[in-house]
Amino acid sequence: MIVAEKLSKFFGSKKVIQDVSVEVKRGAITSFIGPNGAGKSTLLSMVSRLLKQDDGIVYLDGKDVHKQKSKDLAKTIAILRQSNVVQMRLTVRELVSFGRFPYSSGRLTAEDEQKVSEAIAYVNLEELEDKYLNELSGGQKQRAFIAMVLAQDTEYILLDEPLNNLDMKHAVQMMKLLRKLVEDFGKTILLVIHDINFASVYSDRIVAMKDGQIVAEGPTEDIIQSDVLKSIYDLDIDVHNISCNRICVYF
Amino acid sequence: MKLIYLLIITVLLAVCSLFVGVENVSFSALWNLDEEAWNIVLISRLPRMLSIVMAGTSLGICGLIMQQLTQNKFVSPTTAGTMDWARLGILVSLLVFTDASPIWKMCIAAAFALFGTLLFMGILQRLKQKDTIFIPLVGIMLGNVVSSIATFFALKFDLVQNMSSWLQGDFSLIMEGRYELLYISVPLLIIAFLFANMFTVAGMGEDFATNLGLPYKYVVNVGLIIVAIITAVVILTVGVIPFLGLIVPNIVSIYRGDNLKNSIWHTAVLGASFLLVCDIAGRLIIYPYEISVGLMVGVIGTGIFLYMLLRRKAYA
Repeated sequence: MIVAEKLSKFFGSKKVIQDVSVEVKRGAITSFIGPNGAGKSTLLSMVSRLLKQDDGIVYLDGKDVHKQKSKDLAKTIAILRQSNVVQMRLTVRELVSFGRFPYSSGRLTAEDEQKVSEAIAYVNLEELEDKYLNELSGGQKQRAFIAMVLAQDTEYILLDEPLNNLDMKHAVQMMKLLRKLVEDFGKTILLVIHDINFASVYSDRIVAMKDGQIVAEGPTEDIIQSDVLKSIYDLDIDVHNISCNRICVYF
Repeated sequence: MKLIYLLIITVLLAVCSLFVGVENVSFSALWNLDEEAWNIVLISRLPRMLSIVMAGTSLGICGLIMQQLTQNKFVSPTTAGTMDWARLGILVSLLVFTDASPIWKMCIAAAFALFGTLLFMGILQRLKQKDTIFIPLVGIMLGNVVSSIATFFALKFDLVQNMSSWLQGDFSLIMEGRYELLYISVPLLIIAFLFANMFTVAGMGEDFATNLGLPYKYVVNVGLIIVAIITAVVILTVGVIPFLGLIVPNIVSIYRGDNLKNSIWHTAVLGASFLLVCDIAGRLIIYPYEISVGLMVGVIGTGIFLYMLLRRKAYA
């Protein structure tokens, strides 16, 4: 379980995160939603030890993340940030192999190779595995990065806007894949996501943030409510039940 | 290209290098254990060949490490100002510690080179504009400022002649007893090979590397220390050899990609053979005189560099 206690973060004199406390349950998809600049990405970076908080503590399975060995953490928690600009000439398979770095430091065993192949197959990139990343489309690249995170084989997976660059078909595929990871392997997934309908349909819990604070938190059906969404986005949003999904209309 | 072919070519070039020169040395003389022929080879030709191979290999690897760590194909000891800082360091060691031993000179030059490279990396992090061409331009400007400071003090203290001997790489003065400092690069290269995988991961950026549990800062510092010491050693023994660290890794990247595991051996071997070619050509063009290798590399290197710039979009 991930527990954040009274996290705060300043950039200069600006408070980006203020006294945020949150608990993330295991074996579920938790989506972080909210307007731009709400501090969602910053929160995820602090939870995954990429960024040191100015105040507060993050506990991962009861232990302070900043007091654990980075190498051990890399086997428990994986994060994929928004911008993954690669100028390097690497093949898809080489990138996915990086996911095994915490286990084998670059000298892959037969088991590692197996995991790499599985991860590539999971995101349907088998045919492109020997292509260089800069020859791929935005969506294919995004899937290659997701495959790397899968190869890292961690209990916790943190994804910052994983649907960026994906067309509708691949966005749906991606969310189904994440759902499957939760159901088949009991992974715990944290997402920063902008499309509230994707959040509504695929997540178990939603944490809503605004101005560096958490404004609402709970099971999806409690958050996807007109009045709650109005307080988050300052926007009139109708919520309809369509084939058992709660769909927001805000156009 | 297979590594084995590249190796064979390099060995052939190295052998050629042994037999090129004003004093004629033939195979048969060596075979008959002619004492004079053997003396020439052991005192002059072999040291020259060894120092070319070591300098070529290590400058290639230096460029590779820097390009990887800065995520920029146009950064190298020349374009990041590392070489200029090393020269300033040598000047300081001559001024302040007048009779410093070569080892001390090397330490001081390496310290300056390291400081300069760290400064460059610091500027790089603060730059808003991460344009591929802009970054090396900043490095070149920084290097020129440092270089003019060095020239100023050299003029003031009558050391200009001394300074210019490190300005242009030259192997003609290399002989037994004057190149051994270069052997310091051998253990450093071994460390670079052991760190190859980590350099590749570090090249993906700090967040990416930390996520995979890599101690990012430590790996970057190891890389920069290797670069600084090697640069200092090469300048002290041979002089400035421009462009090699820039071109060789780029050529290898085109056909081997950027995973250091795949490219580091090719870069090492290609670096050596490139410098061997330049040196042999420099010795033959105006035979029996010779053109310094720094000039040869500069001329050939500029051509290749321009070509790379023009077709940059195709691969970078």
